[in-house]
Amino acid sequence: MKSDVTPRAIPLREQEISIFTDTRDLLEHSRRDAMKRGLQDWFVCDVDAHHVETVSWKEVVQYIEDPVVRENAMNYQQQRIGAPPYGLNGDLGLRYQSVGGRIPHQDDQREKVEDTSVHRDVTLTRRAMNSLGADYMIVFPTPMLFLGMHPQPEMEIWLARAYTRWTMDKIMAADDRIKTLIYLPFNTPSECVRMVEEFGHLKSVVGFTVTSTRYKPVHHNDYMPVYARIEELGKPIAFHAGYHWQDQSLATVNRFLGMHALGFVWCNMVHMTNWILNGIPERFPRLNSIWVESGLAWVPFLMQRLDDQYLMRQSEAPQLKRMPSDYMRENCFYTTQPMEVTHKKALENTFEMINAKTQLMYSSDWPHFDFDLPSMITDLPFLDEQSKRNILGLNAARLFNLPTDLRKDLAGGGVPLG
Amino acid sequence: MTEYYVCDDDDLAEMGRLVVECGDKQVGVFRVQGEIHAWFNRCAHMRGPVCQGRIYRRVLEPVAEDGTVRMMQQSETEINIVCPWHGYEYDLKTGRHPGNPRIALRRAEHVVREGKIYVRV
Repeated sequence: MKSDVTPRAIPLREQEISIFTDTRDLLEHSRRDAMKRGLQDWFVCDVDAHHVETVSWKEVVQYIEDPVVRENAMNYQQQRIGAPPYGLNGDLGLRYQSVGGRIPHQDDQREKVEDTSVHRDVTLTRRAMNSLGADYMIVFPTPMLFLGMHPQPEMEIWLARAYTRWTMDKIMAADDRIKTLIYLPFNTPSECVRMVEEFGHLKSVVGFTVTSTRYKPVHHNDYMPVYARIEELGKPIAFHAGYHWQDQSLATVNRFLGMHALGFVWCNMVHMTNWILNGIPERFPRLNSIWVESGLAWVPFLMQRLDDQYLMRQSEAPQLKRMPSDYMRENCFYTTQPMEVTHKKALENTFEMINAKTQLMYSSDWPHFDFDLPSMITDLPFLDEQSKRNILGLNAARLFNLPTDLRKDLAGGGVPLG
Repeated sequence: MTEYYVCDDDDLAEMGRLVVECGDKQVGVFRVQGEIHAWFNRCAHMRGPVCQGRIYRRVLEPVAEDGTVRMMQQSETEINIVCPWHGYEYDLKTGRHPGNPRIALRRAEHVVREGKIYVRV
């Protein structure tokens, strides 16, 4: 009898989230969080999100320019059984990302997409933007992040160019809220210059990416023409971190957790050290660098470490006119994710040391297992509102020259009922 | 606090779950080893939809007397729900994170009356 007068709880459509769950269902709590915090009225730019380009690899290889390689790749994609996509050397760690299926969106996104007027990845990205509350999203590839370790430097060039041309046609052309930082085939500097000259002027190209898992000295003279061209264009260069479990320094680490925690930071620590100590910011003072997906806790460590050593051995870094940490604070930008939040005082100190108000930019890393929400910034107790607005979008707008009109649809961004 | 009818007691099987909307709140109701437990569907980490996650037995790594380990195993008694957003795990009976008991789910009050399950939120 009681149930007749008591309101009935309504079962949710998705009782257990799986790889088939609609992004909007999966991120509904995020959308509600964003609404509650009034983010509808805040400009938000997500500087680092991903799509899984290998889902479309059959299409991508059609964009390979070398006719022989293209034919081989297309045949392989048509006929292969059980082998990884043509030309890619993805790290074995990719198999562990979802923690044995515990985090389904890291395994796959096989949700229904009815709209065939645009590429499926455009729809998935729009769903994510509207659920997270982002007006713009800069989208990176995923397995290609390991391509810098490929034994054939030519493969990096073929695939970087094919992917770029494909993404321009299929993704960037469909929605001007989606932007890209062009993949540079960094193992071949002359080809980097070619990429900058060929694609750098495009509106959807807001800068350039070096995938950080590679054994190349960023200060080598061969790279100076690349930096000079990018500086001329007025667009930034990003170092997107990744891991590489075969790296000898990680050879004893047996848990993905440990390898991921170290690997995603180590590569950028090495590149940053070379970048600063060789005076790249002095040689190219208008070239902005962005350090992506290494979190933030490493930055204060490296600042202190380099400052301390620099004062004792200044003659080994004669180009520097300021302390290493000054360059790291004034010439470098950082993305937030995966923001280490378990020690609030340390986080506050980090924000102060990197001058987060002007140098930090929100990134989600969606759909990866350690993605962050914009509410992680709005909820920080030690930040004033202007700093929060800067970090969530205005710093990115300034760096990437983006208009700050609000483009998202948080209120209507939920999954349609029924 | 409003009371909501969730389902009949018989309809919630052992290891069954029902995640429901109660006004503007969501609650997951579970039956674990015969007991009913109700948790708000908000992960303590980032408010993710934890009650809609997958259920796993807690992972253990037995250490032999000589200090060595050989293989991991799944607990016979501890059942965890895993937040599908980021993988935070919680014991379905205590609501506590196995690696840090200070991180916990918020329990929702429930009552079984005349063969029906209700939650109060």
